[in-house]
Amino acid sequence: MRYALFLGCTIPARSRNYEMSARAVAEKLGIELLDIEDFSCCGFPLKSSDRASAGLLAARNLALAEERGVPIVTLCSSCNSMLAETAHHLSHSDEDLHLVNEQLQKVGREYKGNTTVKHFARVLLEDVGIDRIKENLVQDLNEIPIATHYGCHYIKPTEIYPGGENPDHPDSLDQLLEAVGARAVTHGMERDCCGGPVLVTDEQTALAMAKQKLDKVKASGAKAMTLVCPFCSVMYDDNQKSIEAQFDVSYQIPVLYLPQVIGLALGLDRKVLGLNLNVVKTKAFTEQILSEQG
Amino acid sequence: MSDAHVDVKVRDFARQVAEEFGEERMYACFECGQCAACCPVHRVNAEFSPRKIIHMVLLGMMDEVLDSRLIWLCSTCYTCQETCPQGIKVTDLIIAIRNMAYERGSFPDGIKRQADLISAEGRLYSLDEFDQKKRQKANLPPVLSRVEEAVKLLEDRK
Repeated sequence: MRYALFLGCTIPARSRNYEMSARAVAEKLGIELLDIEDFSCCGFPLKSSDRASAGLLAARNLALAEERGVPIVTLCSSCNSMLAETAHHLSHSDEDLHLVNEQLQKVGREYKGNTTVKHFARVLLEDVGIDRIKENLVQDLNEIPIATHYGCHYIKPTEIYPGGENPDHPDSLDQLLEAVGARAVTHGMERDCCGGPVLVTDEQTALAMAKQKLDKVKASGAKAMTLVCPFCSVMYDDNQKSIEAQFDVSYQIPVLYLPQVIGLALGLDRKVLGLNLNVVKTKAFTEQILSEQG
Repeated sequence: MSDAHVDVKVRDFARQVAEEFGEERMYACFECGQCAACCPVHRVNAEFSPRKIIHMVLLGMMDEVLDSRLIWLCSTCYTCQETCPQGIKVTDLIIAIRNMAYERGSFPDGIKRQADLISAEGRLYSLDEFDQKKRQKANLPPVLSRVEEAVKLLEDRK
């Protein structure tokens, strides 16, 4: 299992905890990650202003992985959708592939249309598999209740994710949580958008969207929330305090990246998983797991 | 007279949008309102509605659509696109409309800032020395602050 790790822009600068935990979990489970220094922005943030340029950046990134003959694995759901959408589109349109290659020629690249793109969570579920994950479990999570947040671009638009999951009833994150001994709590808003993309145009609307879910998660009795995208994390972890202040509510819900939860079950150290970098403190959560062990 | 004037506008703007988007399915909208009903932005801010945007386009309300902040409130979550009974790619359509607005110089500052950053560095956040040190300390490989090829690719564009 060898993949080019596509980090994108946000993760290396602002979500080292996600990157650290994903790398550590990958190593434990025998996933080989190849770093390609030349990867640029995926193109997603350009989509709203100029989607042709967005697609061009995406195609160049796909070409870099293709040159090395490896599929791409992403951690960010937006990167995942931008790259998967472009790969999907270019494999269905020779005309557009030709146009893109005319542009790529300027930098001496060519994309032949062969790169596949997968989100890290799907690699865990589909390529590593539940059995192999279970074989590596060290720490019992004692069915600690955790709320899932799937978000949007991890599963949608479904047309770019052939063989992907049902957007109305996604269950990949639930399966992975249960595989490592946690309990996936139902709260009713697992699929709803975090509001992140609206943050840049209307902060109030974005925070109100995130608040709705935090209310539900709080009411569900979950001890933490888990997610798979750095933008969603900005909404629920980084902005949790401002939401509490603005709406006069109290949550204090730790927000963990999925590999951080899985990493705990694999016996990895808090520091290795970057759990000290999460904004809402995670210590009480991890201590609860450890104390129940004893 | 005035009716004829509206007709011309309708034809022009709706067609422009269909052309920019590359398909004409939006004409099949029968106003069921599924898109608005499932929209997570609409739920907290009733000002925004995908249905409203599509209807305004079909009515030829070019300035009202392209210069409004409405189109920038979409979170691009794709819920409406997955739900539309007429198979209209609502989210992708809104993104195409944003491109038209951007081209005529109508956009929120943040969108322009992002585009400028990426055109200048090939990345949204260029990593400074401090970031690189933090990465090194965490045993993470170095990341390029500027990706020349990406900058070159975007050179001829805005």
